[in-house]
Amino acid sequence: MAHPSQLGFQDAASPVMEELLHFHDHTLMIVFLISTLVLYIIMAMVTTKLTNKFILDSQEIEIIWTLLPALILILIALPSLRILYLMDEVNDPHLTVKALGHQWYWSYEYTDYNNFGFDSYMVPTQDLTPGQFRLLDVDHRMVIPTESPVRVLITADDVLHSWAVPSLGIKMDAVPGRLNQTAFIVSRPGIYYGQCSEICGANHSFMPVVVEAIPLKHFENWSTLMLENS
Amino acid sequence: MAEEIKAKLEKYRTAPFDARFPNQNQTRNCWSNYVDFYRCQKALTAKDVDTAPCEWYKRVYQSLCPMAWIEKWDEQREDGTFPGKI
Repeated sequence: MAHPSQLGFQDAASPVMEELLHFHDHTLMIVFLISTLVLYIIMAMVTTKLTNKFILDSQEIEIIWTLLPALILILIALPSLRILYLMDEVNDPHLTVKALGHQWYWSYEYTDYNNFGFDSYMVPTQDLTPGQFRLLDVDHRMVIPTESPVRVLITADDVLHSWAVPSLGIKMDAVPGRLNQTAFIVSRPGIYYGQCSEICGANHSFMPVVVEAIPLKHFENWSTLMLENS
Repeated sequence: MAEEIKAKLEKYRTAPFDARFPNQNQTRNCWSNYVDFYRCQKALTAKDVDTAPCEWYKRVYQSLCPMAWIEKWDEQREDGTFPGKI
């Protein structure tokens, strides 16, 4: 989850997010190198007393500073396209969960075998128990099995919302009347937090998304328990 | 044919990838399977044949469609105001 004075991404919990993290590191390094070079050149230009009023052209450096940026752009584009196509792969999900956005809570439906669904409201600040996170924790989390491809179908009941979980690298708009599909695999067990990412009214900041990933056996126990209790 | 469908239904985990709907927008996938189920039922009942093969469409639309959409469409079918052709 996010922590105070955080600068980088949250730890990745899915393979796609890991790829995005590494790509970001790679691209940011290139950006830092270019910026450092340009800053150095500016400083050097500004602090020298040497002048040359008679430069007309220079074929060699023109070639270098045309080819080198082109090469750098290719070095950025290739990993980027690789990840783009990776995210677009046909996947064969083991489970489908529907996330419906309402004003101002999410509801989750697991209807592959039974008609099972529940609402997920934020825990109000005055009702937090010790150890819970303010504005992030919910009463019922969306539970899924680890290391299983999961398809999430996202829609909304009233206005636009957006279902986002940064550590899984997912953000998808919830549009009324439309079913948006995204898929992911959670690599490790844990609880992953996100927040509604499309302005949706007064309590837009107070409808978080919480995904809990547990091993398949425990997931099966959880779903049996939830079915019995509902 | 019927045995193949029965076998597929027994091994059913969730709606499989459908090449007719390869992209992000799965609205039509849900709609098509819902409509196809009721069309299949109507056609097979008219011919006096077992409607078990239609179950596949039902499992798929139940996996994909939000429960509220299914309830609304079921009500519309009963009222005769369902927008699809069945």
